[in-house]
Parts: sequence; structure tokens; C-alpha cells
Amino acid sequence: MKILVAVKRVLDYNVKARVKSDQSGVDLSNVKMSMNPFCEIAVEEAVRMKEKGLAEEIITVSIGPSQAQETLRTSLAMGADRSILIEIDENVEPLAVAKLLKGVVEKESPNLVIMGKQSIDGDNNQTGQMLAALLGWGQGTFASKVEKDGDQLKVTREVDGGLETVGLKLPAVVTTDLRLNEPRYASLPNIMKAKKKPLDTMAPSDFGVDVSPRVVTLKVTEPPKREAGIKVESVEQLVDKLQNEAKVI
Amino acid sequence: MSILLVAEHDHKSLNPATLNAVTAATKIGGDITILVAGENCGPSADSAAKVAGVSKVLKADNASFGHHLAEPMADLIVEQAKSGGYKYVLAPATTMGKNIMPRVAAMLDTQQVSDIIAVESADTFVRPIYAGNAIATVQSKDDVKVITVRTTGFDKAAAEGGSASVEDISASGASDLSSFVGQELTESERPELTSAGIVISGGRGVGSAENFEMIEDLADTLGAAVGASRAAVDAGYVPNDYQVGQTGKVVAPDLYMAIGISGAIQHLAGMKDSKVIVAINKDEDAPIFQVADYGLVADLFDAVPKLKTALENLKQAA
Ligand SMILES: Cc1cc2nc3c(=O)[nH]c(=O)nc-3n(C[C@H](O)[C@H](O)[C@H](O)COP(=O)(O)OP(=O)(O)OC[C@H]3O[C@@H](n4cnc5c(N)ncnc54)[C@H](O)[C@@H]3O)c2cc1C
Ligand SMILES: Nc1ncnc2c1ncn2[C@@H]1O[C@H](COP(=O)(O)O)[C@@H](O)[C@H]1O
Repeated sequence: MKILVAVKRVLDYNVKARVKSDQSGVDLSNVKMSMNPFCEIAVEEAVRMKEKGLAEEIITVSIGPSQAQETLRTSLAMGADRSILIEIDENVEPLAVAKLLKGVVEKESPNLVIMGKQSIDGDNNQTGQMLAALLGWGQGTFASKVEKDGDQLKVTREVDGGLETVGLKLPAVVTTDLRLNEPRYASLPNIMKAKKKPLDTMAPSDFGVDVSPRVVTLKVTEPPKREAGIKVESVEQLVDKLQNEAKVI
Repeated sequence: MSILLVAEHDHKSLNPATLNAVTAATKIGGDITILVAGENCGPSADSAAKVAGVSKVLKADNASFGHHLAEPMADLIVEQAKSGGYKYVLAPATTMGKNIMPRVAAMLDTQQVSDIIAVESADTFVRPIYAGNAIATVQSKDDVKVITVRTTGFDKAAAEGGSASVEDISASGASDLSSFVGQELTESERPELTSAGIVISGGRGVGSAENFEMIEDLADTLGAAVGASRAAVDAGYVPNDYQVGQTGKVVAPDLYMAIGISGAIQHLAGMKDSKVIVAINKDEDAPIFQVADYGLVADLFDAVPKLKTALENLKQAA
């Protein structure tokens, strides 16, 4: 099997986003950027499938600025074989990302695409489903377990009521949830090795995809702040406050 | 203008999230048609017809929609959206809506707007980004708008008062791309997490699955739903569908109690719009206290049983 994994460079999950004072967006200057946590899980899953002998080659793709090379190098250090950067400085919307990824799929013919369920910056939760639609493939979203079962893929999904398992005809798209696996840290030797692995750079125009935005951001503001509350001294005081002040019990 | 709203339901009844989405649709304005797809889903379709503000219900009753698999559902929705000339396709941002709607959007070649919490005008919507640490106002330029609705952003439409017609649509929904294999649903008599008036959540501080019963007992005293942090889910104290947060469920009850939860940004993203927040934590510097209306610095193993007793006494006195 050949596996394609899409990885996105985002504001590190430990950093609290700060809104720019001109309300044009979130301030990304001088802040730590990392691989989207769900994409790390996607890379890890692909690498485990390769280690189990289920896959021969793992290709990672990122759409983003030249610094997204670092994100791709991280994926190579985790065990991917080669990478493709589709370089663009502007933010690209999920539909356009899906169209670009479709172009990569048509070029590389993978049997499986693994992606994150959600980028933690835009919180879109769209791209995997969109790619599956554009390719006419089945989708296994929010996966907490992925098993190969003959020429099918069995995917256990985290849904509102609990867990659901679906069978997918391959090729297919899978998106990862948090409990699918725990991504490894790349070891120093692997980080060194990753520097020599192939990383191709392409442009959106190579795929003939129009990436101009369909949804325009008019402004980005801070969420309403909660008033700092009080500390109560005892359970009795808490119950009294809830009953007589907040009137919620 | 006309709106096609995809119902979230379990074939027997409507999920309340559908009612929140109806309110969002009402704010956009225009005729609202609810699509109820399922297997033996007559009761859901009948409930949908009674919802205030709904003009029509389309019922697609077929075994292939029995598990709301994304592939047949998206085919059905796209077919209906096109033949009906709808300008909007909406669904609540439940795991079902999140699974199906982007597939619909891509098939319609439109950029979905996810998780809206407010409607500014017919093409302008408000949605949280970066785990709710920023709020974006966005304008959709697409001809057909595909939208998922965050239920906490909108009140529920009245479940009664409407008298829409129910129209049967025949659709086979056959797709060989995916199949249903099985499910493990959490059984509970408690209120549903996202629509409960009171939510009691436990975190890593609770320590074990056995200890978590303490949280559940407290919840039962108040008729509350039970939630958890991701750390508690990861540690196996509770099932995954208890998770509240950026990547779990978003709740905004009248009362939210966070017990043994530190208050990581990802957790706050799922509960900071609750009306009243209580935090019980033994670390007085825990970030959860920054959003709590009432903070109690205490060992939860001491405070929770006391709280339960106090609440029981209150109930008896009433
Ligand atoms: C991509 C991504 C998505 C995530 N999504 C979510 C999400 O949706 N929801 C979510 O919750 N998390 C999410 N997380 C995880 C999040 O970052 C935190 O790790 C998690 O919320 C911590 O859970 P916790 O507060 O229970 O555990 P901890 O941070 O370990 O806190 C435990 C708390 O319990 C207190 N405590 C311990 N013992 C006692 C006692 N006896 N009495 C009283 N207090 C006690 C401690 O003082 C501490 O404050 C996500 C992380 C990532 C990377
Ligand atoms: N710019 C991008 N480059 C590579 N992959 C992306 C990009 N944007 C989204 N993805 C993939 O799509 C997933 C879901 O993203 P989203 O739909 O934006 O929430 C991510 O976890 C990635 O796997």
C-alpha cells in the first residue's frame, strides 16, 4: 500500500492565540509554530502501518509557506519516506486544500490518505471529507482505530453517542481523532536522516487550482471575557451561593 | 430564499440539536425544509413537521440511511439541494453533521462555513476559531451556502406549534463505498451532555474509573449530565463521548462544575460559555479558577461527598 498523509503547520497547541489589535486576524509573528496535533497522529498511524508491513511508502504533503518545510521534515523524521510542499503564503481554505490534495492523489495514486480531523487554528473539520467527496472515495472520519481487513479498511469512529465502526472500500480517506495513537518523538539520528530524504516543492498553479477565498474574513475579535469570580471558603458557602446568588440549583 | 436543513435524529425522535439549527435557519430567513433521512424514521419526520417555523419536511426512508453513513447521505442531500434549488444547506455541528456536510459542500463546489454561533446577515456569520480564543466574522461569497450550526450559539426552536407537510421522497441511497459494521453506544439514563441544564465534569484529578462514580453520584443528585476532560477519557475513567472541549463536545449549561480539571485552553473551549462555572481543585493556581464564578480550593475527595450530602439535604428540605 502507498499512503499519503496531509500535514499542516499551525500555531503550537500550547500557545494561546492573540488577536491583532486591528482585528485582521491572529498574531502569528514570533510565536511557536508546530505540526497540527491531529496530523502528527496521522503520520504516526501511517508509520505504524508501514512497520506492520501493510504499507511500502509514505508520502507527506503540506500546503503552506516555505517554513512548512520544517513540518514536513518532522514527518520525515517520524518515518515518512518523502514529502511534497505546495508553497503558498496565503491561507488556503479547506475546499482549495482538498482540490490540491486531489491533484497530488492523481499524480501519486495512493491507496489510502490519512489526515487530521481538524486543524486547531481554523477549527474547520472539513478537508478530509471534502477530499473523499472530490475523489469519489469512502471516508472514515474521527478514527480511533484503523484495521486492514482483506481489501477493506475497518475504521472505528468517535461519534456523539460513543463508537461506530464502518468498513471502507479502498482507496479511502481516513481522518484521525486523538485516541488513535500517541505520536512518537523523532530521535536525533532520525532527524539527521530526514534532512536527506526527498522534499519536492510545487505551486498551486501546477495543479491548476484556483485558491482564491470563497469565504472572506471581515474581522477577528477577542471572545467576551468572563468576569473573574470569587473563591468560596467551604462547601456550605458554595451551596449557598449556587442557591441564593446564582439561583442555578 | 430557501433553506434545506438536515435533521439529526435517531429515527424515533428528533435530537434537540436540530431545534437549535432551526433557530439559526430562522435568523437567516426564508422557507425552511427539514430533510429527515433514516430507516423507519416516520416518528422523526412527524416531530420535524411540528417544529415551529418549518414549512416542509422531506422524508427519505430507506435502510441505506439507517446509520447515516456519509456517502449515501451526502448523495441524497446534494440531489435534494440541487433539485429543490436551495440556497442554504444547514445541519447541526454534531459528529453526524461534521462528518457529512463537508462532503456535501465539496460536491456542490462550495466552501462550508463550520460551527457558526451567530448570523449577522444572510451571507455573514460568526464562528469561533483557535479553540474559541478568537471569534471570526466571515462572509460567504458562494451561491449555495453550506453551514454547520454550533448548538450552543442558538436557542432551541419550539418543538410544537408547526404544521408542515411531510413529503415522502424515494431515494435508494445505495453506495458500495462504505458499510456499517457495528457500534458501541454509551447507555445512560442521564440527560444528554450537550443539552443538559447542569453538567458535572471530572478530570485527571479524579484518579480512576472507580472514583469517577463519585462524580456520577453527584450528577445524579442534581439530575445533571456527566462530562470529562480529555485526560480523564485518555486514562480510561470514562468513554470518549464524555469529552468536553475544542475537539470534544461544546456545552453551555446553566451550571458547569469542573472537578479535578486544570483548565487547559482546549478544555475551556468547550465550556466557557456556560452561565455559571464552579471549579473544585486543590491547586489554587489552576487556570480553571480564572473562568470560574465560584472556585473552591479543596481536595475533591473531601469536597465532593460533602457537596452531595449538602445538596441532598437541600432537596429534602424543599
Ligand atoms: C489537539 C488537542 C486537542 C485537545 N482537546 C481537548 C478537549 O477537547 N478537551 C479537553 O479536556 N482536553 C483536550 N486536550 C488536552 C488538554 O490540553 C489537557 O491536557 C487536558 O484538558 C487536561 O485534563 P485535566 O485538566 O483533567 O488534567 P490535568 O491538566 O492533569 O489537571 C488535573 C487537575 O486536577 C487537580 N487535582 C488533582 N488531584 C486533585 C484532588 N485530589 N482534588 C482536587 N483537585 C485535584 C490538579 O490540581 C490539576 O489541576 C487536547 C489536547 C490537544 C493537543
Ligand atoms: N494547508 C494544509 N496543508 C496540508 N494539510 C492540510 C492543510 N489544511 C488542512 N489539511 C489537512 O486537513 C486536516 C483537517 O483540516 P481542517 O479541515 O482545516 O480542519 C488537517 O489535519 C490536515 O491533515
